[in-house]
Amino acid sequence: MIEMQDVWKEYPNGTPALNGVSVQIGKSEFVYVVGPSGAGKSTFIKLMYREERPTRGHIFVNGFNIERLKHRKIPLLRRSIGVVFQDFKLLPNLTAAENVAFAQEVIGVPVRQTRRRVREALEWVGLADKADVLPSHLSGGEQQRIAIARALVNNPQVIIADEPTGNLDPESSWGIMKLFQRINDRGTTVVMATHNREIVNTMRKRVIAIERGQIVRDEAKGTYGYED
Amino acid sequence: MRIRLFRHFREGIKNLVRNGWMTFASVASVGITLLILGVTLVIALNAQQMSSYVAGQLQINAFFKMSATPAAEQQTLAQIKALPGIKSVQFVSREQGLKDLQKTLGAQYNTIMDGISLKNTLPDKAVIEAVDPRQTVQIGEEISQLPTIDHIQDGQQFVDKLFRFLDVVRNIGLAFVVGLIVTAMFLISNTIKLTIFSRRREIEIMKLVGATNWFIRWPFLTEGVLIGAIGAAIPFAAIWAAYHWMYVHVGGAFLGLVFPLMAVSVVTAKLAWILFGVGLFIGVWGGIMSVRRFLRV
Repeated sequence: MIEMQDVWKEYPNGTPALNGVSVQIGKSEFVYVVGPSGAGKSTFIKLMYREERPTRGHIFVNGFNIERLKHRKIPLLRRSIGVVFQDFKLLPNLTAAENVAFAQEVIGVPVRQTRRRVREALEWVGLADKADVLPSHLSGGEQQRIAIARALVNNPQVIIADEPTGNLDPESSWGIMKLFQRINDRGTTVVMATHNREIVNTMRKRVIAIERGQIVRDEAKGTYGYED
Repeated sequence: MRIRLFRHFREGIKNLVRNGWMTFASVASVGITLLILGVTLVIALNAQQMSSYVAGQLQINAFFKMSATPAAEQQTLAQIKALPGIKSVQFVSREQGLKDLQKTLGAQYNTIMDGISLKNTLPDKAVIEAVDPRQTVQIGEEISQLPTIDHIQDGQQFVDKLFRFLDVVRNIGLAFVVGLIVTAMFLISNTIKLTIFSRRREIEIMKLVGATNWFIRWPFLTEGVLIGAIGAAIPFAAIWAAYHWMYVHVGGAFLGLVFPLMAVSVVTAKLAWILFGVGLFIGVWGGIMSVRRFLRV
């Protein structure tokens, strides 16, 4: 599903971010990516949806060879991946339903089909009743649910989440984590970068720890392992 | 994938409304450019029409030597008739010539003219028309070689001067237009950059959920197209109205004596093609320029 072979990444300004990372993430896996700030977690994640290109090494995601991927084909890769961010990245002037529909509109799904799928996605995240509300009138947890509905609506094979609970209170965080568990239960791969020790230590999954641009630990049902 | 033009135009219009003042500036810039282009074009079209009209009116006046006998003059007329490319030859006697002159000058000079008529020093002349007006000069030269001909007069000098003047007008107009087109493109490009800047979050999300680059580009191109089209429509309507007014009020009477104005429908048809063509070109090009750098994935 996701495979990296000896991947190096150095930013144009000379900052090294990843130094020889090799990893395999299979279908329907649930993986936490942990590590100190600036260790390379975000780069690791951005490489997967081709936000960044590796300086060296091979990356395969959902059958796409990232290094050989033509610019024209990047949208196809992105459609097979759902991305969720710490800051939700919702459009403030669109309602919850419109935000979710946006992802469908952009890839050219007919309006009628979009309407049905948006309703399903909102029901799935438990916010069917908030369809016509603007993001500014929703709580952080609810906004993140909308963002997740948007990531899911195009039916991706992989969900990538960068600190999805970073801006949320513990209670909302758990709600979001239950959602990710359900997503994973239906067979979707979940890769989540997180700083949330309690979650990692409670909801035990595979843990990949990155430090100074290298994978220092990769264990099934691992723990957070940092004192921070 | 089919291009959903309706959606892209809707988005384009939204963009225009969102940065109202920049939109206004771009539309005005395109409009002024095309207004000048259009006026230059109307002048050029009419100049063309005028010069061919004037050229069609051109005659050669060949003046006989005072010493030429009537028999020699008749022989010369026959010789001229025999030249290739002659449409008509008309003999004008000195008496007829004087009457014509009297008529041209008007009644107030009658007493003076009466005095002159007693001692008519005008030469006899032949008035010659060429089949092809452009051959007038060449035919004139041939005629001036004939032994009984003193000198000839053709309209060439007048036409040359006219053409030179019209060329200057056209060149100044075109120089203006080129400069203005560059300005207009720059302004459109800036307007669209502003939109892109204000929508970069939206564009970022579009990219994340897998929008193709063309899907992202289209609204900005339609934005450019709309600026170009509106910027063309306004000067087009203005020139149309002005030209129509001029044609009705002035074209028939005043200038009609010298040359007829081109028909309104002919001028506006050409004007429409060129103004909208250039307007859309400026708009699309402005759009492409601004989008190109901003959308590198």
